[in-house]
Amino acid sequence: MTGFIQSGFDTLAAIQEGIPIRPPAASSIAEGVDRLHFFLTGLTLFFTALIFGVIFYFMVKYRRRSEDERPAETEEHLGLELTWTLIPTLLTVVIFVWASSLYFLNSRPPSAAMEIFVVGKQWMWHLQHPEGPREINELHVPMGVPVKLTMTSEDVIHDFYVPAFRVKKDVVPGRYTSLWFEATKTGIYHLFCAQYCGADHAEMIGWVYVMTPADYATWLSGGARNESMTQAGERLFNRLGCVTCHIADGTGRGPSLVGLYGKQEKLRSGEVRVVDEALIRQAIVNPNSIILPNYPPIMPTFQGQINEEQVLQLIAYVKSLGPEERKSNAK
Amino acid sequence: MSTAVTDIRDGAPAESSRVHYLNANYGIKSWLLTTDHKRIALLYLGSITLMFFVGGAFAVLMRLHLIQPQGALVEPDTYNKLFTLHGIIMVFFFLVPSIPATLGNFLVPMMIGARDLAFPRLNLLSWYIYIVGAIFTLYATISGGADTGWTFYTPYSSGFSHTQVVPVALGVFITGFSSILTGLNFVVTIHKMRAPGLTWFRLPLFIWAMYATSIIFILGTPVIAITLFLLGLERLLHIGIFDPAIGGDPILFQHLFWFYSHPAVYIMILPGMGVMSELVTCFSRKKIFGYSFVGFSSMAIAVISFLVWGHHMFVSGQSIYAGLIFSVLSFLVAIPSAIKVFNWTATLYKGSVSYQAPMLYAMGFIGLFTMGGLTGLFLASLATDVHLNGTYFIVAHFHYIMVGGAVMAYLGGIHFWWPKITGRMYPDGWARFAALVIFVGFNLTFFPQFMLGYLGMPRRYAVYPAEFQVLNVMSSAGASILGVGYLIPLIYLVWSMRYGPAAGPNPWRAKGLEWETPSPPPTENFDEIPVITEEAYDYANPNPGVARG
Repeated sequence: MTGFIQSGFDTLAAIQEGIPIRPPAASSIAEGVDRLHFFLTGLTLFFTALIFGVIFYFMVKYRRRSEDERPAETEEHLGLELTWTLIPTLLTVVIFVWASSLYFLNSRPPSAAMEIFVVGKQWMWHLQHPEGPREINELHVPMGVPVKLTMTSEDVIHDFYVPAFRVKKDVVPGRYTSLWFEATKTGIYHLFCAQYCGADHAEMIGWVYVMTPADYATWLSGGARNESMTQAGERLFNRLGCVTCHIADGTGRGPSLVGLYGKQEKLRSGEVRVVDEALIRQAIVNPNSIILPNYPPIMPTFQGQINEEQVLQLIAYVKSLGPEERKSNAK
Repeated sequence: MSTAVTDIRDGAPAESSRVHYLNANYGIKSWLLTTDHKRIALLYLGSITLMFFVGGAFAVLMRLHLIQPQGALVEPDTYNKLFTLHGIIMVFFFLVPSIPATLGNFLVPMMIGARDLAFPRLNLLSWYIYIVGAIFTLYATISGGADTGWTFYTPYSSGFSHTQVVPVALGVFITGFSSILTGLNFVVTIHKMRAPGLTWFRLPLFIWAMYATSIIFILGTPVIAITLFLLGLERLLHIGIFDPAIGGDPILFQHLFWFYSHPAVYIMILPGMGVMSELVTCFSRKKIFGYSFVGFSSMAIAVISFLVWGHHMFVSGQSIYAGLIFSVLSFLVAIPSAIKVFNWTATLYKGSVSYQAPMLYAMGFIGLFTMGGLTGLFLASLATDVHLNGTYFIVAHFHYIMVGGAVMAYLGGIHFWWPKITGRMYPDGWARFAALVIFVGFNLTFFPQFMLGYLGMPRRYAVYPAEFQVLNVMSSAGASILGVGYLIPLIYLVWSMRYGPAAGPNPWRAKGLEWETPSPPPTENFDEIPVITEEAYDYANPNPGVARG
């Protein structure tokens, strides 16, 4: 009971300080989203006031003055019907074009984006920088640099949500989703899970630290020296025995992975697929679903033996064998 | 006609000697084995009222809990069950059946001049099916509850939750069949049993709304039944359908679920729109402005509502292009609703407007529904939806539609037809007071949630950062006012059944066939089947508009 009373006092104190009406806007897209939001808020208030106003006016002006009133019929008015059909239609077209073009723009990460990998699991966030540092429920990013997150889940669907950046994307088991942002203000911002994921869903929260690039570089180099994701991936590649079949010169029982990333490959099923993160992940957890022609279906599945973070490390290693490296070898 | 009005003014006792559907026979058996659509409507009314207050109690507990950021009342596990059961009970056991099963059951035959629905025994069966589903769900609630959210998202619900997911889902599965049967019954009745002279374009718009709703019942409900069946298969037998760890696709569940559950939103609101057309015309004594536009907009909503489900999944990883298509279709479905609002408003023009309780509910509906509809634009807009999806903004938006819209219309309808159903009047002063309390309590509860959502507070959080507390306390304060607001009608309506003055056949001097027969109506509804000679809502013409066959 005292708790309730105390919270009453806290509330009064907070009201005196003013209720916040706008979340911090700390990414390159936040202002654009807010402009649309404010336009829609204005539109909502205008039409709600208009409808309420007209109703009140009619209710007073045409109030019943005697029990036996029988007002005359009003003629139907096609022009009026068309007017209030067309005006909302035009308005929605404007909003649709505005909102969709903004979304289109906001959904495409710049090609130079720095990549960070996210794995959600009940009830915490694992974040991994390619350079090596791994974080739990905290994400450090540099200001002014586009950051692309590649995300997956160990168990159920989660959702990575940073209100200050106006970004949100479901984190789905069994596949990769991605989102990107460019932070524009240093500071500490909420990270929320926005898809209900079980008992401690509300505790699956954390903080995003936006730092100046210099501070970020210091942070990256500080602390215990981690191996990079590529190095960790290479170590796994050897430890799990992948190396015994996927021999670099192509003489192994499995295809060589050198220069494979980003290429188009024709599968035994006839399907043509681009070798991307999703395809490599599929090859690790469900290898028989994507056999290359000329190779026997002998690879065992690694599902359940390695976790999603390790899958991401293996992918980082395969990517490092990609076209760039091949070019440099050729020299 | 005029004699009926004199009856109310003199406060003459109900025609106690007259035989009507309530006193035709007595005893529990006469109710449980009845095939009278009016009695079945009352059976439904009692059952859904019970479910409404159970679901409401869960909501009150949730709002109390959220007074403090660290949670004031229960463990997170319990909180998760509270919002799950609140949602399931309110959606599947109150809102979906609310107007169709009570007012629809009572009024569809009366409004079209029929003696009953086409299949009276099927009608009783659908009530029993509803009861079996409700008992399953309540049993599951008592024996541990479920914690999946009313949306049952996989793979959490199929592989990870340790609660009574299957009994709860089975309850929803079973209840679905009662919706399908009610829909079938209405469609056949409206096609085949209209009185002579009652052409499609002379039908009250409530009937159009019931027809549109029935179509969604029939086409949509089987999909949710199949979806929940597959969920049960995966949970019990580990057949990989939705869980990627055993070869399934979790997003497939969302497609199937929303393919029903978005049209279901219109199952909940279309009947309310039908009620609105009856109330606005009666209390302004005007023919509805733009009859065909209001009628066809119901049909347009029913059709387009099946094509917009993907707007629930803009942040699920769905492709950008799919997002664009679902966005444009979602904007499209907003337009018929806007047309309705404008036509209701225009109906008041040069009318004779009175402010009895049903009209106050109706005006509240227009305002809150407008607000709810316009905030839907934020969510149909891709760029803003990314920020607002999964936050309290969503919660506020759909409560403006479902509570501000559907529940207001339901209460308005109950107050409007109560004299017809029971033959008694309730105290109008109390009814107006309750309408006001509900309106104020509602806005105080849900308006702050729009702000919370924009600030970024996710929904379904048992604990939350302290900066969100003020708005949460405001919302909880509103919820307690709203709770009281809902109890007041319960009290005076029950009171009026025994002590209310006799209403007479037509206390509002309304048009419509249901007002041409005594209150309460005889079991056969009409002494003779009427022949209809005029269009609906012909308030300029003081005569009844029927010729006695």
